[in-house]
Amino acid sequence: MTQLLEVDGVSVSFDGFKAINNLSFSIGPAELRAVIGPNGAGKTTFMDIVTGKTKPDSGSVLWGARNRSLLKMSESQIARAGVGRKFQRPTVFEDQSVFANLLMALKKTRGPFSVLFYRPSSEDADKVRELAGQIGLAAQIDRLSGELSHGQKQWLEIGMLLAQEPRLMLVDEPAAGMTPAEREHTTDLLKRAASSCAVVVVEHDMDFVRRLGCRVTVLHEGSVLAEGSIDHVTSDPQVIDVYLGR
Amino acid sequence: MGDTFLTRRRSTPIFLICLAVLVLVVTLMSEPAGTGAISTSFLKTLGKTLCLCLVAVAMDLVWGYTGILSLGHMAFFGLGGYMIGMWLMYERTRLIVAESLAGAPIPPTDGEIVSAIASQIFGVVGSSDFPLVWMFAHSLPLQLALVVAVPGLLALVFGWLAFRSRVTGVYLSILTQAMTLALSLYLFQNDSGLRGNNGLSGLQNIPGLSGLPQSVISLWFFWGSALALALGYIFAAWIVSGKFGSVIRGIRDDEARVRFLGYPVEGFKLFVFTVTGIIAGIAGALYYPQAGIINPAELAPIASIYLAVWVAIGGRGRLYGAVIGAAFVSLVSTWFTGGQAPDIDLGVYTIQWVDWWLILLGVSFVLVTILAPQGIGGLFDLATRRRRKTSTGPDAGSLRAPEAAE
Repeated sequence: MTQLLEVDGVSVSFDGFKAINNLSFSIGPAELRAVIGPNGAGKTTFMDIVTGKTKPDSGSVLWGARNRSLLKMSESQIARAGVGRKFQRPTVFEDQSVFANLLMALKKTRGPFSVLFYRPSSEDADKVRELAGQIGLAAQIDRLSGELSHGQKQWLEIGMLLAQEPRLMLVDEPAAGMTPAEREHTTDLLKRAASSCAVVVVEHDMDFVRRLGCRVTVLHEGSVLAEGSIDHVTSDPQVIDVYLGR
Repeated sequence: MGDTFLTRRRSTPIFLICLAVLVLVVTLMSEPAGTGAISTSFLKTLGKTLCLCLVAVAMDLVWGYTGILSLGHMAFFGLGGYMIGMWLMYERTRLIVAESLAGAPIPPTDGEIVSAIASQIFGVVGSSDFPLVWMFAHSLPLQLALVVAVPGLLALVFGWLAFRSRVTGVYLSILTQAMTLALSLYLFQNDSGLRGNNGLSGLQNIPGLSGLPQSVISLWFFWGSALALALGYIFAAWIVSGKFGSVIRGIRDDEARVRFLGYPVEGFKLFVFTVTGIIAGIAGALYYPQAGIINPAELAPIASIYLAVWVAIGGRGRLYGAVIGAAFVSLVSTWFTGGQAPDIDLGVYTIQWVDWWLILLGVSFVLVTILAPQGIGGLFDLATRRRRKTSTGPDAGSLRAPEAAE
């Protein structure tokens, strides 16, 4: 099976500090993957590199069946190519309604002129309502997203990610600050998403990762320390030493 | 019409009705068409104010909605004025020259007429030839096209360079100030081809309409300015109503997030910057024939800062706020600086408003920024929100303390 994303030998340093050190990582087209690691392991920097926010010093990031290099593309081009990202802190457009947030994310042509003349068809509106139902915000669809609770904002952002119909979703700490019931709902959403696209979840919470039931990549000091099933990595002495043992 | 942007935003039809009422009342009180209660000079002030409202709408689009604090939009306004001024001056001088040469025994050739016009216009800067930039000044349609094209092209090129390099925030503001300052300094030079510090004058005399009194021409320009403001407002309301409005407000609030949604942020910014530059140019082209004169001081950096102050005081992020701010501040400014405001005698010191008005304006700007960031337009929220939201407590139907105690 060809890989959807192949990160090979990537290094990046900030003022001499090696945030990512010869990191290699790959993920298939419909795979759920959890990335864990202690603070400063380079999890967020890794996402920044894939989404084009940070340019690495060396290495390659190849995308799709035709192996396009993501390093030559801008953030918005990468997003249009099918990489969606959810940030650690929920970033939704707070002074706009849930509907407007989802409509903005809906997969459509993104150029200024086509957006200017775009008016939502009834199918688009239905699609948005269906998504709002999936993320449990059907009743809140006309409310300003700034009025939502923290957990609801997280879901809205996941909903925006789903609306983009990406081929790869990068999800940074989706369950942070959620109640147990909300976490369960989030797990379901991610698992369902992983049936149609690749999903990379960065998470601190081991219980949450265990519930995802997927392959786990452990990062440490900017490179991969271990990879495998959750039971495999949690029994790895090195992983216990740097991450779990504290 | 169903569910269109006009019906969804109630403020747009209300604004248009208010504007129509204003035009009707002013017309009925004007000298040529009504009672004459409004003098021609005040009618001109009102017409000019409407043009300032139009450029404020443009400023609100670029700053209040897209979050680009451009402090250079009055450069586009001034350029629009220069472009129409060139035709006005050329054509009027041509008519005068043609009239004076008509009595000559040998009819003048075209070349003689052109050189006579040139020495009339450029004698003041010691030249008698038309510079290259005047090559279209003989034609009204071409010069009208330049009203749109010159500010539009400048905004396009400047915006492309600035946004492509991801210049944002205060750095972009400084860059736009530098642009308008550089343009102003360039125009101050005598060999810039636009008469240096003399600027273009006599613009209130419309060629071919010398038989009409200024009162009639002023009324026409007032109507034209009102129409331009109405169309500009509708256009701006249409732009911000749909998904485009969502995206630009998203860019204002979190540019990086919009980029990760796949939108080419730079393209959107460039579009808004250029379109508002064109609107500013059109507003300027209507303003300066009413003002009568344009010189490079009109493009000074301070003019664009005033524009930002109007929009801030009126309330950015809402189109009617920009209009209210521009109208209110510029009319009050006319009143204070026109010597109409009574001086305040404090015994030891007399406050003369001509000098103190700027300080009053500065203080009110600071106060609005700190105490009422929504500006004057925020007052309308107070009225509508009260009606909608009666309680900020628990949801309707939930058990509350007094009921629980029963």
